[in-house]
Amino acid sequence: MKTKIIDRSNCRPVITQAGNSVALKTGSWRSLEPVLLKENCTNCLLCWLYCPDMSVIVRDGKVEGFDMDYCKGCGICALECPGKKGQKAIRMRKEEKE
Amino acid sequence: MSSSLKIKELSKKEILLAQGHRMCQGCGASIVVKMVMLAIDKPIVACSPTGCLEVTTCISDYTSWKIPWIHSAFENAAATMAGVETMYRSLKKQGKISEDMSFVVFAGDGGTYDIGFQSLSGALERGHDMLYICYDNGAYMNTGIQRSGATPFGASTTTSPAGSAVPGKIHQRKDITRIMAAHNIPYVAQASPSHHLDLMRKIQKALSIEGPKYINILSPCHRGWRSKPDDAIALSRLAVNTSFWPLFEIENGKTRVTYIPKDKRPLREFLRPQGRFAHLFQPENEWIIEKSQAKIDADWSALLAEGACEAIEE
Ligand code: SF4
Ligand code: SF4
Repeated sequence: MKTKIIDRSNCRPVITQAGNSVALKTGSWRSLEPVLLKENCTNCLLCWLYCPDMSVIVRDGKVEGFDMDYCKGCGICALECPGKKGQKAIRMRKEEKE
Repeated sequence: MSSSLKIKELSKKEILLAQGHRMCQGCGASIVVKMVMLAIDKPIVACSPTGCLEVTTCISDYTSWKIPWIHSAFENAAATMAGVETMYRSLKKQGKISEDMSFVVFAGDGGTYDIGFQSLSGALERGHDMLYICYDNGAYMNTGIQRSGATPFGASTTTSPAGSAVPGKIHQRKDITRIMAAHNIPYVAQASPSHHLDLMRKIQKALSIEGPKYINILSPCHRGWRSKPDDAIALSRLAVNTSFWPLFEIENGKTRVTYIPKDKRPLREFLRPQGRFAHLFQPENEWIIEKSQAKIDADWSALLAEGACEAIEE
């Protein structure tokens, strides 16, 4: 029986680059995409807090949009958005992909 | 003197869990970890046993952690963190380190209720200064939805499949939060991501106390709960409002209910949207819902009798 030698020289038990998973773009998982309707947004930032994929972009306390490189299209932001006068500021729509 | 928990203020902080993690879309665990780390001010050193969170945040050469984080074996996350904390105390004594740090374990229910239980119990007994967070999704989700000690009574899993032999899991969940409290540690609490302010306050309070702390946090998993990808927050809110998942804390033996639902909802409203409980709505299984409701009502009354509520908010 032939012994199989496993080359372990490339196995690294320690990853020294913190947060390097940003190289893995999870946006390709998405089938629905969030759309922001700014006129209904009160900038409560609940969408930012609840997004599991850190994909709601906030600048100076205001929602600017979504990071489509990572957004997985779960729809939590849209479901939880209280919006203004009962009108949600986020809705999900089917994404057209080439 | 913890920092502000206003969302506007929090949004200026760096989130210490990076994008690109492989948790399923809409996963509750990611939301829980994000909220916990947002509430912490000191540098964090963390550890996770094997589980969904661990496999999805550390794939081969990639990590989603922006903090020092250790993957321990399934059974010894608490012992691993206890070792780190002991080393830290020694280095401090030797004058080699001066900075204050927070030592945190993020473990699933499998690694807490079952496989990691002995090491957790030991670490609590030895009094290590650390915070143990269990993100509880109620089954071994990452290996294919096998029942755990946290799986609710009547839930269908791949090892307690509802059918003609059994109507889902035939055993009650362990009351792990109470079991942890029975170790007489200074702080034990239960939280839910739907009540984020309550959750983050509990984190800050826990970390202001020296010694071992335990917080059990509900973490919806739509793959295992057989629900919808967008309902993690909605379901955790229902869990609280039906008292399936009461929010309370036990500080130095004193119980305090931190949230009383204005309108306590029937348990069915929490069960209905979840496919793992679908079979319970067949006439021959209705008794399971009734039995669960009776248990929840009794537990809730006992909890209220034990700890009067001071604050109703959110
Ligand atoms: S949840 Fe809705 S209203 Fe609130 S900030 Fe997000 S988009 Fe705006
Ligand atoms: S759809 Fe989900 S992943 Fe995308 S921005 Fe909304 S909450 Fe985040």
